[in-house]
Amino acid sequence: MAQQNLQITAAAPDPALLDLPWDVPLVDWPEDVLAALPQGISRHVVRFVNHGGRVIAIKEIGETVAYREYELLRQLHRIEVPSVVPVGVITGRKAPDGERLEAVLVTEHLSFSLPYRALFSQDLRPDTATRLIDALAVLLVRLHLVGFYWGDVSLSNTLFRRDAETFAAYLVDAETGDMHRRLTDGQRNYDVDLARTNIIGELMDLSAGELLDEDVDEVAIGDALVERYNELWDALTGSEAFDVDERWRVAARIERLNDLGFDVDELEITTDIDGTTVRIQPKVVDAGHHSRRLLRLTGLDVQENQARRLLNDLDSYRAATDRQNDSEQIVAHAWVRQVFRPTIDAVPRELRRKLEPAQLFHEILDHRWFISQQAQRDIPLPEAARSYVENVLRHRPDEDAVLGLAPDEAELESAPET
Amino acid sequence: MATVTFDHATRVYPGTERPAVDQLNLEIEDGEFLVLVGPSGCGKSTSLRMLAGLEDVNGGHIFIGDRDVTDVQPKDRDIAMVFQNYALYPHMSVADNMGFALKIAGTPKAEIRQRVEEAAKILDLTEYLDRKPKALSGGQRQRVAMGRAIVRQPQVFLMDEPLSNLDAKLRVQTRTQIASLQRRLGVTTVYVTHDQTEALTMGDRIAVLNGGILQQVGTPREMYDRPANVFVAGFIGSPAMNIGTFDVKDGSVKVGSASIPLERSIASAIPDSDNGKVTLGFRPEALDVVSTGTPGSFDVEVNLVEELGSDAFVYGSLKGDAADVDLSAGDTNQVIVRIDPRTVPDKGDVISVSIQQGHSHVFSATSGERLG
Repeated sequence: MAQQNLQITAAAPDPALLDLPWDVPLVDWPEDVLAALPQGISRHVVRFVNHGGRVIAIKEIGETVAYREYELLRQLHRIEVPSVVPVGVITGRKAPDGERLEAVLVTEHLSFSLPYRALFSQDLRPDTATRLIDALAVLLVRLHLVGFYWGDVSLSNTLFRRDAETFAAYLVDAETGDMHRRLTDGQRNYDVDLARTNIIGELMDLSAGELLDEDVDEVAIGDALVERYNELWDALTGSEAFDVDERWRVAARIERLNDLGFDVDELEITTDIDGTTVRIQPKVVDAGHHSRRLLRLTGLDVQENQARRLLNDLDSYRAATDRQNDSEQIVAHAWVRQVFRPTIDAVPRELRRKLEPAQLFHEILDHRWFISQQAQRDIPLPEAARSYVENVLRHRPDEDAVLGLAPDEAELESAPET
Repeated sequence: MATVTFDHATRVYPGTERPAVDQLNLEIEDGEFLVLVGPSGCGKSTSLRMLAGLEDVNGGHIFIGDRDVTDVQPKDRDIAMVFQNYALYPHMSVADNMGFALKIAGTPKAEIRQRVEEAAKILDLTEYLDRKPKALSGGQRQRVAMGRAIVRQPQVFLMDEPLSNLDAKLRVQTRTQIASLQRRLGVTTVYVTHDQTEALTMGDRIAVLNGGILQQVGTPREMYDRPANVFVAGFIGSPAMNIGTFDVKDGSVKVGSASIPLERSIASAIPDSDNGKVTLGFRPEALDVVSTGTPGSFDVEVNLVEELGSDAFVYGSLKGDAADVDLSAGDTNQVIVRIDPRTVPDKGDVISVSIQQGHSHVFSATSGERLG
């Protein structure tokens, strides 16, 4: 039997990784190590594996490309761009007959994430597509702001997490990506154009598989991405000029960016020679305005729109308890103790893992609004939580690890070479 | 169909002083397969991306045909980046997988079908058109990906290391396919690789870049037989050329006690500033094994013999009074000699070799440029 000489490259190598059957091509891995079924469309063999209490994704890929993608994902993770977390690269694989096997890239499976195919095949609200596109536009803008050229933007290369009533998008495939100091307009436009083509293609594919409502206009959805992207990019980076006595517009611009979920870290302000016109242009913007604010106030680390929702509830708590003059931080801690935690704790443990806590809280708030409307009275939160658990959550699928399609749809098995 | 012209095209990245691509002048013929090759960081990918519209051009111009595309957006350049996207859609037929971009562009159905059928014929995929990708082999799927680019009928195909994420077997197979397909289609193609073997086997012409500067452009044969400078001499060819710097006395290069006469025109071209030295290169196959003491020969002690079946190569050290000369071949500082695979010396043996007449390359010891 040929000896394998496995090499693991990882920031925190996990020796237990060595127990996996690396001498077997990924395509033949036994069912009992696989976590579930492989996801959508990939040009490489990808498998999900239960490993030490978590799910990892393993992709067979050329050695140099594997190292490159690993480094890129590490970089993206470091600068806090939503992306999958790389675990490591394993090389030196050999089958028992001595044949060399392809290197693999290992990433952590993003818990509570949903591939787009799962979202479309579930019976979701009709504007799901629009919300996925919005999330992808935000991700693409964030990547472009930090100088990342993706090279193969698509729904398949993205995972989605629920974020209050919207979605947050995560990059899962950086194989074709490149980090630059600054992107040219050509690079950005190419990325956006390719995204459009890929999205339309993916939707046409769903349509061909009868997984998509007949009324959906694939091309319109693709066009919507381009439009959303351009709007957001202009709002974040465009320069505007105004009269020197309209200086309130500086604050208004910053507020507008905050509303979009971005902080302005650096704003360029120039005046013309005679001092009558002011021109401003955001230079450095940082996503996550609301989630950072919530983290600072409460220590809760959640996604942007969940944070927005929680902050709103915090504000109403503050008003209801008449504590507008107290320190925001102190009130926030009281809110976590008296409102947030008790609400989450009221959900039976076995159901709690179906959704992230912040998403649970958001949905309970939604539910309260809904049943209050019906009952024509203000339903208290504990009562709303009980109703939500019985009438909604019990019937929801578990989203901790949703991995995709039935096997015949998921994978393009290789037919023998002709 | 179109020519491609780089006219003093320059790319300087913000915050750097040295251009990533410096005054590139290159004319690519209509229908030509041109390979940009060089080591990592040489500017080959940047040059391709300038042509694709993904990098700004900070100086000079780029033309596709007669059209100045220097400031044209990528999607309006009428080019196709092949293999950027070759994930196939499982529910769509092979024909739809090839033609969906045309459908997005609003091309009439009948025309899409016609273009897809033409492409399928060239790609040997006709009988699979109505099947699902699941029924295809890995190689056939690669061809569907090529089909996507072909049906768009672009003026120029661009390929940036397209084989780098394929396994070794599929890489060699696809290499041959791309080259023969390109010849059948006759579409101008610019192909980037770091692998000189790929460049030599695929390109009509090869352009070698280093440090952002075009070193030489020519057919594979020209690049191999008449490298314009030491860099190209060392980069093209596998195993690499043996290259060393030696003294010149009385019109001959002194390799140890061996004296290799220079052509008069070359000897007279050596600049005074080179202090009577030249850089001499000779390929492993330009050495003959001769009997000891043959005039003009020098001795090599065998460190390793690499047997490749049809060929065998000796990796050795210069012996005797040539032992202290500075000589290297690629990334080894040994001398490489191609020998008859049927009479292979043992490790530790000493063989005498001489350079075949007319098969040495002489470069200036200071500038590295070819002399004569």
